[in-house]
Amino acid sequence: MATREEEMTTQDQTDEEVVEQEVDYNANPIVSYKDVHKSFGDVHVLKGINLDIYPSEKIAIIGPSGSGKTTIIRMLMTLEEPSEGDIIVDGENLWKMEKGNGEMVRASDKHLHGIRDDIGMVFQHFNLFPHKTILNNCVMPLTSVRKMPKNEAIELSKEMLSRVGLGDKLDMYPSSLSGGQKQRVAMARALVMKPKIMLFDEVTSALDPELVGEVLEVIRDLARTEEMAMVMVTHEMDFALEIADRVLFLDGGKIAESGSASEVIEHSENPRLQDFLKRFRAD
Amino acid sequence: MFESVPDIIRYVIQGFGVTTSIFLAAAAFSYVMAFVAGLCRLSNITIIRGITAVYVEFFRGTSLIVQLFWLQYAIPMLLGINIASAWWIGVIAIGLNYGAYLSEVVRTSVISVDKGQTEASIALNMTRFQRMRLVILPQALRLMLPEFGNYSIQILKGTSLVSLIGVTDILYFGDVYRSSNLSEGAMVYFILLIIYFIIALPLIYLSKKGEKIAKKGAAT
Ligand SMILES: Nc1ncnc2c1ncn2[C@@H]1O[C@H](COP(=O)(O)OP(=O)(O)O)[C@@H](O)[C@H]1O
Ligand SMILES: [Mg+2]
Repeated sequence: MATREEEMTTQDQTDEEVVEQEVDYNANPIVSYKDVHKSFGDVHVLKGINLDIYPSEKIAIIGPSGSGKTTIIRMLMTLEEPSEGDIIVDGENLWKMEKGNGEMVRASDKHLHGIRDDIGMVFQHFNLFPHKTILNNCVMPLTSVRKMPKNEAIELSKEMLSRVGLGDKLDMYPSSLSGGQKQRVAMARALVMKPKIMLFDEVTSALDPELVGEVLEVIRDLARTEEMAMVMVTHEMDFALEIADRVLFLDGGKIAESGSASEVIEHSENPRLQDFLKRFRAD
Repeated sequence: MFESVPDIIRYVIQGFGVTTSIFLAAAAFSYVMAFVAGLCRLSNITIIRGITAVYVEFFRGTSLIVQLFWLQYAIPMLLGINIASAWWIGVIAIGLNYGAYLSEVVRTSVISVDKGQTEASIALNMTRFQRMRLVILPQALRLMLPEFGNYSIQILKGTSLVSLIGVTDILYFGDVYRSSNLSEGAMVYFILLIIYFIIALPLIYLSKKGEKIAKKGAAT
């Protein structure tokens, strides 16, 4: 079990690794949404999403509740299939594949499995495995999906759990943790898989207010030190301002505003956005 | 009237081995059927779902006694073959019958595990099989325990029906004893009740324990 001191050293190490990351917008995007639509029954939720996500880019998605923020990232995580359009991940079409004769057909489980490896997600309600200890929540995907030897998986998981400040809780079960601790375990579990792009769906909105800070702190640390791209659906405007390279305002089924955080949150003249922000700040 | 009690016990206990062996074999068989049929009903493949639905509804919708008689008497008469010994027929009929009921327990437990569990395991890129084996079933099992306990007690009680096709269980011996000692009928059946209850005690204990485990079990 990690002692306080060990935790400190891991913290120091990560501090040393800090590299101010410039997003290279001339690089090939790691993900492209191309005119993506999504309907649930008769409800047309997303009406043509076009979005390029670049390697190591940190994107925040804001917008009114029900505008489809969650749906956008769930389609990338393969939890929801687009009704129309394409999502390209690292040059490959996520939801469609080529048959022998060149015809594009619906992706098979195997096709999705091949691409999904690059993507990780943290959920609003944590979704930890309640029958596994915290350590095993991280170890199990490594040994089963990555086929990593058990001792290696344990090492990596311990390291990641200390990094999120839970090195002393390895043998506890999720039910005995606070919401903030659960969410940090969920992040460690997603991180050990080393995705190229990590999705966060309102990861602080199910937490008691006093627990929000510890979770944001972990994300802030990741944003500063990790190469991976991050897409955060969030209601934490100040946080988005602080760490996002780009902020998207989703409204009416489309990306209504897109730009740097200060452009979108502080200087946009879009009346719908101003209205949204005003209601937000009033709360 | 109590002086005959030791005699009665000594006589009916001859069927103890058969009652317990049929119970254990039928319970094991029904558990296997429950998982096979329960998971098949959740399959993506329509024909597999269809076939298992027919099995489940047929065995739930017809009586166990008639199923026993069919296997023991009707099928041999119609097809001119003896399927198996009466002991085996008891095991097969009870196993298929309670397997059908228990498959519904398996199916409903699996679908009542929180959807977020499946989503988290998809996000970790686990295969369909890994998701079931490592995430869903371990949690669903806990939810199943109380019902498996309850049905096991019913299976034990159900074994007494096999005396009707000539299997020599404790009820069979009780009936034989009573037919030659008619005045002691009440005592014979009272003793049978006690014996069944004693065999059921460990099951009652286990299902209570199962309920406790289920309570602190899974994300639902
Ligand atoms: N599985 C679903 N079935 C039906 N409607 C859904 C489903 N998921 C989302 N929706 C609907 O789609 C809309 C957008 O949902 P969501 O992406 O969760 O919005 P947001 O995250 O911005 O609050 C909402 O109106 C919601 O009710
Ligand atoms: Mg949402």
